[in-house]
Amino acid sequence: MSGMSPEELNEKAVKILADIDAKGGVLKVSERLAIPAQEMPSQDPDTRRRNTAEVALGYSAAQARVEASRCLRCKNQPCVAGCPVSLPIRDFVAAIAANDFGQAIALIKEKSLLPAVCGRVCPQESQCQASCTVGKSLKDVGKAVAIGRLERFVADWERAQGQAPVPAVKPATGKKVAVVGSGPAGLVVAADVRREGHDVTVLEAFHKFGGVMLYGIPEFRLPKAIVSAEVETLRAMGVKLIPNFLVGRTRALQDLLDKDGFDAVFVGSGAGLPHFMNIEGENLVGVFSANEYLTRANLMRAYEKGRAATPIVEARKVAVLGGGNVAMDAARTALRLGAEEVYLIYRRTAAEMPARAEEVEHAKEEGVQFHLLRNAKRILGDEQGRVTGIECLRYELGEPDASGRRAPVPIAGSEFLLPVDTVIVAIGNGSNPLIKQTTPGLEFNKRGNIICDENGRTSLPKVFAGGDIVLGAATVILAMGQGRRAAAAINDMLSQA
Amino acid sequence: MNPTDYAILSKRQLSENVFMMSINAPYIATERKPGQFILLSVDESYGERIPLTIADADPVAGSISIIFQKVGLTTTLLAGLEVGDRLAAVLGHLGQPTHITKVGTVVCVGGGIGVAPMRPIAKGFKDAGNRLICILGARNKDLLILEDEIRAFADEVIICTDDGSAGRKALVTAPLKELCERTPRPDLSVAIGPPVMMKFCAETVRPYGVPLIVSLNTIMVDGTGMCGGCRVTVGGETKFVCVDGPEFDGLKVDFDGMIKRLQAYRSQEQRMAAESGEHQCRMRAQAELLEKKK
Ligand SMILES: Cc1cc2nc3c(=O)[nH]c(=O)nc-3n(C[C@H](O)[C@H](O)[C@H](O)COP(=O)(O)OP(=O)(O)OC[C@H]3O[C@@H](n4cnc5c(N)ncnc54)[C@H](O)[C@@H]3O)c2cc1C
Ligand SMILES: Cc1cc2nc3c(=O)[nH]c(=O)nc-3n(C[C@H](O)[C@H](O)[C@H](O)COP(=O)(O)OP(=O)(O)OC[C@H]3O[C@@H](n4cnc5c(N)ncnc54)[C@H](O)[C@@H]3O)c2cc1C
Ligand code: SF4
Ligand code: SF4
Ligand code: FES
Repeated sequence: MSGMSPEELNEKAVKILADIDAKGGVLKVSERLAIPAQEMPSQDPDTRRRNTAEVALGYSAAQARVEASRCLRCKNQPCVAGCPVSLPIRDFVAAIAANDFGQAIALIKEKSLLPAVCGRVCPQESQCQASCTVGKSLKDVGKAVAIGRLERFVADWERAQGQAPVPAVKPATGKKVAVVGSGPAGLVVAADVRREGHDVTVLEAFHKFGGVMLYGIPEFRLPKAIVSAEVETLRAMGVKLIPNFLVGRTRALQDLLDKDGFDAVFVGSGAGLPHFMNIEGENLVGVFSANEYLTRANLMRAYEKGRAATPIVEARKVAVLGGGNVAMDAARTALRLGAEEVYLIYRRTAAEMPARAEEVEHAKEEGVQFHLLRNAKRILGDEQGRVTGIECLRYELGEPDASGRRAPVPIAGSEFLLPVDTVIVAIGNGSNPLIKQTTPGLEFNKRGNIICDENGRTSLPKVFAGGDIVLGAATVILAMGQGRRAAAAINDMLSQA
Repeated sequence: MNPTDYAILSKRQLSENVFMMSINAPYIATERKPGQFILLSVDESYGERIPLTIADADPVAGSISIIFQKVGLTTTLLAGLEVGDRLAAVLGHLGQPTHITKVGTVVCVGGGIGVAPMRPIAKGFKDAGNRLICILGARNKDLLILEDEIRAFADEVIICTDDGSAGRKALVTAPLKELCERTPRPDLSVAIGPPVMMKFCAETVRPYGVPLIVSLNTIMVDGTGMCGGCRVTVGGETKFVCVDGPEFDGLKVDFDGMIKRLQAYRSQEQRMAAESGEHQCRMRAQAELLEKKK
């Protein structure tokens, strides 16, 4: 990135915008393609690696309008097909270009409940922006219209206007729906079902609501105030939110229907089961799942030393295993908690990394050291059982595997040692078996995910599911999309009953 | 009453550092079983979530009781709360219930605060028709808890203190060994207490082939199987204490690994507790004594 300050970026945009406005916003395709892609203003890497404030600062209004002016208004809208919830991208982007931010956010909200979240965390480069005509014409996905940033811009703009209007709720129907889990899938179901006038109760295992958006994704990427604002909107709509309620223990799922009088249950319990590598030394002191490390840091606020009662390891040299968003978040959190060296160990190459491109770039800028085509072989410890180092193997890429990616193959005899005091395992999450173990009749696949049809109907009557518990560890927007469809099916079922 | 209004309904001090409280928690009160536990926190924003065994429950009143020892920050803050105060969070009931069956003679060993989680399990075995022998261990007479309550249902009670101020001057492993040498041997043993005590109970019963159940008190965060912070090695496999346990086959647990993991945050916790004005470490003192005597 250029390292330009937000003020400089805005000034440049203001000039370009003056030209565009002089032409009344009517531009030729070649003129649109010539508008420079707007860079996201962000905190300086040296400053931000020591604070927890948000890294990306958001476009100014001028930048947003310039960026929106790059859109070619394609008739066939390939971008929309790339968005899991089919946002009317062309139209909301056009509204931004026309300086009608209110119209833009209204268009988005018809389809999405969480634009401020999705604009920040969607893997845009592999979804909406992947097929954008501008990116294609310029032969660089990175130069596609920055749809996510524009979405974020109008969502933030709306919040800055003050409390968004609480969505209207239809008269009470007397029907009761329980939503298990308060991640994006659950929140969307709660909103959509409540709107139809049904009585909705969200049951959440943690003491706070928001799922991974709260306990997993760090503040510097997704400010928690955004998530709590969405939760408060639900409360204002009359959704009941019950914390510290673990379905499968506090109550069995079937009892919610049979004893507690719920007419439908939606299960959005996420993918909460950390995978470990099953290598020697993995239970040493100083080895954490990313879930544990991030939960201590985010939900339990361990980074607020002196205030939080929950301790977190005081790591100096950290190895993070994995190449997804979770790994990036863990690595960057470790830096912010004072680590001197953070190594990211990933067994494939940068091209195969599942993390969002922006996060990889940010991690590099902040000083995370990437060890690609490497993998952990075992973790070494001292007499007190504390981690002292990690032995790794070098890998090379072989033939493509079942996923179509070239499979990494270890190179014999290539072991090397990295001295570290902390190892964070971020190689993915499976599905938490609790509901499976305690809900006879509910069908699961081999990987432990709930089996359901495209409308979220499971093998049990009145029980619906969606999000990571169905998809395996996926994305916020996919979870939201599934929630939407399940909510429609629930509303449908209740209207017929 | 509101099920998420975790009001403290009663409070009693059982010994210098041990307290018993009952808490409003109707969901948990009706469904919990012996061996299960809760996670609680005393502060919504900054509190730590700590695991405590459900010592008893009153389904009619919708309350559960806990018995805890002041050892660090959260238990000290908890001990400072009074009737009418409210906890920020109570999650439960967690863990697998004890597998209670009729086997014949059962010996239950409780060390220190471990007597509290042992009591509902011991009572469960008695109610299932077993002959029940309880061994209660403490550093001294004043730290002995729940003796009368356990005498009320056990067939035989053996008291051990480190200094001989009550019962025998011995570690709990001494009477346990004698019981194993009796004929007939106990059919099952249960040990709950400091990890070192459980470790030596395992070594004591192993040669006699008496099965041992232990209840592990690892460090926890979520209590739902999401973080893996509570993991232990049992029979060479990694297990999550909060969902797979807390009870395991004591002869298979890697206690040394577990003890090391329990100390992961020791220096930070001591700092936090020192800052909060109080620090006690009775469990560790007792543990060190056991190590020395071995
Ligand atoms: C560190 C991290 C970073 C990520 N980064 C991104 C990103 O940049 N972009 C992106 O799109 N996706 C990202 N993801 C993935 C994304 O967060 C998930 O796909 C999404 O949150 C799934 O939503 P969900 O509603 O299915 O479940 P979750 O968000 O997992 O929420 C499930 C909720 O259910 C609760 N729960 C579980 N079991 C029970 C029960 N039995 N009873 C009651 N409550 C229960 C849980 O406590 C939790 O609050 C990331 C994930 C992690 C862990
Ligand atoms: C399933 C389960 C059931 C439990 N039941 C009870 C109970 O009924 N009554 C009770 O008093 N305690 C019980 N414990 C232990 C209790 O959770 C800890 O004492 C508590 O977490 C300490 O919190 P703290 O903030 O006061 O102390 P901290 O400041 O966290 O720790 C103080 C000292 O205690 C040690 N410690 C920390 N956590 C534990 C632990 N889990 N076990 C043993 N030592 C620890 C540390 O090494 C530290 O030096 C149980 C633990 C588990 C896992
Ligand atoms: S919701 Fe996500 S995929 Fe859809 S347009 Fe927005 S950023 Fe793109
Ligand atoms: S594909 Fe790109 S250029 Fe075309 S409408 Fe969508 S955002 Fe605009
Ligand atoms: S406490 Fe997190 S998995 Fe057991």
